[in-house]
Amino acid sequence: MRTNRAITMLPIIHVSHVSKTYAGGQVALRDVSLDIRRGEIFALLGRNGAGKTTLISIICGIVTPSAGKITADGHDIEREYRAARSLIGLVPQELTIDFFESVWATVSLSRGLFGKKPNPAYIEKILRELSLWEKKDVQVRKLSGGMKRRLMIAKALSHEPQILFLDEPTAGVDVELRRDMWQLVRRLRDAGTTIILTTHYLEEAEEMADRVGVIDKGELILVEDKKELMLKLGKKRLTLILAAPIEEIPATLSAYPLTLSPDKRELVYHYDNSEHGGVAALLIDLVKAGVEVKDLRTEESSLEDIFVSLIRRAP
Amino acid sequence: MNVQAIRAIYQYEMARTRRTLLQSVVSPVLSTALYFIVFGSAIGSRISHVSGVSYGAFIVPGLIMLNLLTQSISNASFGIYFPRFVGTIYEILSAPVSAIEIVIAYVGAAATKSIVLGLITLATAALFVDIRVIHPLWMIGFLLLTAVTFSMFGFVIGIWADSFEKLQLIPLLIVTPLTFLGGSFYSIHMLPPLWRDVTLFNPVVYLISGFRWSFYGISDVNIAISLGMTLVFLCVCLAIITWIFKTGYRLKT
Repeated sequence: MRTNRAITMLPIIHVSHVSKTYAGGQVALRDVSLDIRRGEIFALLGRNGAGKTTLISIICGIVTPSAGKITADGHDIEREYRAARSLIGLVPQELTIDFFESVWATVSLSRGLFGKKPNPAYIEKILRELSLWEKKDVQVRKLSGGMKRRLMIAKALSHEPQILFLDEPTAGVDVELRRDMWQLVRRLRDAGTTIILTTHYLEEAEEMADRVGVIDKGELILVEDKKELMLKLGKKRLTLILAAPIEEIPATLSAYPLTLSPDKRELVYHYDNSEHGGVAALLIDLVKAGVEVKDLRTEESSLEDIFVSLIRRAP
Repeated sequence: MNVQAIRAIYQYEMARTRRTLLQSVVSPVLSTALYFIVFGSAIGSRISHVSGVSYGAFIVPGLIMLNLLTQSISNASFGIYFPRFVGTIYEILSAPVSAIEIVIAYVGAAATKSIVLGLITLATAALFVDIRVIHPLWMIGFLLLTAVTFSMFGFVIGIWADSFEKLQLIPLLIVTPLTFLGGSFYSIHMLPPLWRDVTLFNPVVYLISGFRWSFYGISDVNIAISLGMTLVFLCVCLAIITWIFKTGYRLKT
């Protein structure tokens, strides 16, 4: 018998050797295996057509996998589809809503589809949380783009899912709304919901995700804790502004990968996040070499820089 | 069984009918009234009786069938095609709903709408001619069976169609001609022998004949054959729907 602790240690989603080849022969996924931890925010990154939406669609039951097995909280998504799907809420990339129905009706339909009895108080709660309550009787077509996107989230949350898939949740929304959505996602995570999001905005993943997965040409090329990833693959750049220009880099500093700016007034030093000790040693050696530093600034590579370098490196 | 899901889809579909009341209800009632003016009064006044029934009353079961068939098909086909067209089908496919539950909900809603329309057509007809129903239970039975069968047929069309043009293709080019030529406005005994035999290949003949029998006790073909043919239709539609959900045809990639 599994203990409570053992259950919480199990991945909430387990993807094992999943492949997908579409009828036309297009290979969308190649032998993807992935575990999503309970209660985390997982960001799935990849270029357009990398296979992100296909993977999500397979887990949600919209696309049939060519090979492999998936479980949601231990339930096989094919054999025990009712139990598995009841746990999952999906916010698709496209604004696919019946534009002629009211906000209230479309959210109520979603709740009913997932086998939940009508609960007006709960629907009211999520509509209020998403600032849609005032619009509950309005036809969907009369809502603004941002409201429609929030409505998609309300529909996905209507059946109180434990797992929420957000496929490009902030595509085409303004900065303010994006920040609101990030807050909402954090609140959901704090309430115990596991969140898997795909996004083109690397800033979004950097801001929100606990772990990051990178998918490219249907292959999952990396799954890593976000902080560790940035520590491991992140680069730092230290720019030293010199008190007086120098003609060349002193020979005693040849061990450091330094470059001198064309105006001879700045020294630039590139180093890994893991090599913090190197900076202190460099500063001491600069003093020893008689190079006086007036000021300095550091820049850190973003998740976007890491993502781009990973994708470039992939075969 | 996910009863909540069936209820949710059914109510959603019925709400769509309420939203489009003019198109859903008023239009068929108006067309029925026009049929009565043209066929019942203008032309019908020159035909006294058919098999002992006044011509105006004779065409009532055929008119109801005409509405029932076209409305069942159009309601059910649009009901499932619309979510496919706008993309909201993703929600149904990702919900814990079985194929049978989806069919019960969509076909149930389409059949309900067409039965209500059938009864409204009957009520409209009663304003123009004297109608009697000598086998009311059979009448209700045929109404139910035909509505369910053709709603299933409509559901199949709604899955098969990949454009609004295709959605209209079968109802316009096949079902409406078959209904008109299936004895809605005449008894097949009024046709020359050759055409009478050809008409027997038209499946709608059996539906109209059985339905008319429930009204006036007169039929073009044996009532058992009518019932049998309707059931055969039902089974064929069921088999196609089963295949659709087994293979995910036009639903899943």
